[in-house]
Amino acid sequence: MMAFGADAFFSALTLGQTGFEPMAGVTLYHYLFVSAAMMAIGVVGFLSRRNLIIMFLCTELMFQGAALALIAFGRLHLNHSGEVFVIIVLTVAAAEAALALGLVVYLFRRKETLDSLAWAELKG
Amino acid sequence: MLELLSNIPELATLASHATHGHGAEGAAAGAAEAAHAVGAAIAGSGNKLFLLIPLLPLLSMALCGLYWAFGVKSKLPAWTTVGLLGASFGLTILAYFEIAAPGVTQIVHGFRWIGIDLSPHQEGGLELIANFGLYLDSLTILWMLFVTGLATLIALYASEYMAHDVGPGYCRFFFAFSLFVFAMSALVMGDNLLMLYLGWEGVGLCSYLLIGYFFTKPSAVAAAKKAFIMNRIGDLGLAIGIMMTFVQFGTIEYAGIFEQVDAIRASGGELPFAVKAIPLLLMVGAFGKSAQLPLYTWLPDAMEGPTPVSALIHAATMVTAGVYLIARTYPLYTLNPTALVIVAWVGGLTALLAATIGMAQYDIKRIMAYSTVSQLGYMFLGLGVLSSAGAAFHVFTHAFFKATLFLCCGAVMHGFAGQLDLRKLSGVWGMKGWRIVSVAMLIGCLNLAGFPLTAGYFSKDMILAEAFVTPGFAVLGWIALITAGLTAYYTFRVWFRVFMGPGEFEPGDEHHGDAEDEMTAEDGHDNHAGHGGHGGSSFHPHPPKWAINTVLAILAVGSLAVVGVYFIDTEHHGWVGGLVHDSTAHYESPFVHHGAAAHEIAGAHGAEASGAELAPGTFLGFDPHEALFFASGIIGAIGILIAAFLHGPTGFGGLFIGARTEAATSRADGLKRTFAPVGKWAERKWYVDELYDFLFRIPLWVLAHICYLFDRFIIDGIVDGLAKTPRGVGSGLRPSQNGLLQSYAVGMAGGLAFILLVIWVVL
Repeated sequence: MMAFGADAFFSALTLGQTGFEPMAGVTLYHYLFVSAAMMAIGVVGFLSRRNLIIMFLCTELMFQGAALALIAFGRLHLNHSGEVFVIIVLTVAAAEAALALGLVVYLFRRKETLDSLAWAELKG
Repeated sequence: MLELLSNIPELATLASHATHGHGAEGAAAGAAEAAHAVGAAIAGSGNKLFLLIPLLPLLSMALCGLYWAFGVKSKLPAWTTVGLLGASFGLTILAYFEIAAPGVTQIVHGFRWIGIDLSPHQEGGLELIANFGLYLDSLTILWMLFVTGLATLIALYASEYMAHDVGPGYCRFFFAFSLFVFAMSALVMGDNLLMLYLGWEGVGLCSYLLIGYFFTKPSAVAAAKKAFIMNRIGDLGLAIGIMMTFVQFGTIEYAGIFEQVDAIRASGGELPFAVKAIPLLLMVGAFGKSAQLPLYTWLPDAMEGPTPVSALIHAATMVTAGVYLIARTYPLYTLNPTALVIVAWVGGLTALLAATIGMAQYDIKRIMAYSTVSQLGYMFLGLGVLSSAGAAFHVFTHAFFKATLFLCCGAVMHGFAGQLDLRKLSGVWGMKGWRIVSVAMLIGCLNLAGFPLTAGYFSKDMILAEAFVTPGFAVLGWIALITAGLTAYYTFRVWFRVFMGPGEFEPGDEHHGDAEDEMTAEDGHDNHAGHGGHGGSSFHPHPPKWAINTVLAILAVGSLAVVGVYFIDTEHHGWVGGLVHDSTAHYESPFVHHGAAAHEIAGAHGAEASGAELAPGTFLGFDPHEALFFASGIIGAIGILIAAFLHGPTGFGGLFIGARTEAATSRADGLKRTFAPVGKWAERKWYVDELYDFLFRIPLWVLAHICYLFDRFIIDGIVDGLAKTPRGVGSGLRPSQNGLLQSYAVGMAGGLAFILLVIWVVL
């Protein structure tokens, strides 16, 4: 056993230790990188776009980024808690998507636009 | 608190020590002693019937209040008031024959009003007792006779005078009128100082209510407030005086006080200052209520009220309450001669000052008001020079002739649409239907001017003579004599201007005291046909009808007849003198029977008291009692002649020396130009109101505004500052809430990034 440094730990525990390794060499880092990238794209998209539907999609993107990280860690620890949690997250996200899209439809009906700037009435 | 209470019995013990143990006896024993002192017997339990004298006006008040509540729109309140006050007057006459005629004193117990045991753990300890009871002696009866009698007559007069206001105003008027008579009865008849105080405040309240009767008129409201506030200043003195009396004597019932005073006088010795201060304090209350210097300025303004009110409250009865207070507590005054000296000087100076102001006024009701102040000054002078009989007699005659004068002025005002300016009225004597008013006015004027052989002449002479007789008061005697001349002048100035001469008039605008008259006249009330036009061309003066004429005739005859009482009981200077002699107000003038008190009085005045015997003063070497009859008669006649010369019309109406041919101008105008500023000053009342404004109102105004600024900027500044802090913080942070979804998201993301940065740096 190597010293319990974090780098060694990650490099040792690649995701291809179960025998069948179609993606040998893909480490946790890769998953986390994709996860972070999805998160970052979501954040940037949320901040820079004003279309309510696009903004909503960006939040979904951030969700999935987080979910991906959870699954990757679950695989790393060889248990299912990450996956279970993601299932719950997806369920909630589905409900939330229904609500949010409904809201967007109503907001659109009120002002005939999807621009989020149209809803600045609560400014102080 | 306990300590304070336990101190009071000590003081009472002190007082009873000073009176050789006569202090804390029961009321019955005290009454007996007091009765012994005035040489009369007190009937053990008085005639309870006399309790009705104050209670009938109270019933009348309740009934008028009910009429008011039920919206009675007839003259019912007037007839109720006249009837019940008349019954009260009848009972007073009964009381006269039962009490005053034989010269006894009765104490009638009504019910226990206030009884506080101040030392409950002690047998026979100090107790504050104020019963609803009557102290009936001849002085009380004298006052009640003219209070109830004149109130009845004036209520009858008012039934016509106030007729334009039938409805709620009429009920309100007679409600306050009846309440006034009740309060005045309580003041005069009460057997203790607290009941006097109850009545004292009651009459003040009624005075306020009735001066402000025309409450839509700002000047009437201002006058009512002025009267109320100036009276409060005096009442403070009275209240403290009553408290001091209780602390010093352990009782506030007259019988107990008089008994102790007699004991003190018998024992002699030095008195504590607190006892001597009591008359000084009571006096302040008297000066306020009776409109004496320096608290007189409210009375002339009080003429804003309806004229019957001016006649009853502000001339005949309420303003004599101060004289009554001093006469009632005269035994206390005899303990402190300095107090009497002050009373005399205040009275004399008030008489002179008010007379000079009265000479220059044009409003006839105001002239009468100043003459009231002036005549009240005479009464105080009389009290001050130990002539309580003279003062009481002058109160009595003055009540009659001044009520007559006021009611005549009221009739004129009523008939000429509120005109009171003597430059705009002339020759009322010659007008149809005004003869009774004119004759009554002439009788009143002769009395006020002190024309020889009228009642006013004799009552004024009693005071003048005593002023000269009492050593040290000769200066005041001269002041009073000059004032008598001024009085004759200003009285007959009114007479010659308004009642004599060519018949001219200019109707008033109805806004002087009768503001509501005009409105009802225009509403088409039939009883005011003469009020129809206000342009002047279609105006007809409407002479008084039977109610006013009857009352004026009775009062005029009464004013003349009162002179008769001077010749009854000549031993005591007339009937009134006899009544005063039988009461506790009597005090043997030491200058008739030389005594120790003479030295005190003279000593207090600074005259030499070293001589064994003090000779009575003289008037230019003659006996004042006789010489003054001629001197004051001559002075009065000179005053009348000057008035005739300056204001009289040509011919007989001006005694053949006048030269006035029209209403507005007279010889006095030229004289006024000659003494240019003086007349103006007198017309502006010597700027006393302005002086009071400068001395009291303006400093208080400035102080109030300083307080306002302090409140506005310091107090409010702190409070507002506390409120402004969160507001300022809020307005600083407000731009962050810009309503833009993205900017909130940036905030979230930025915050998250910041937290992560911190964690990264720390770890």
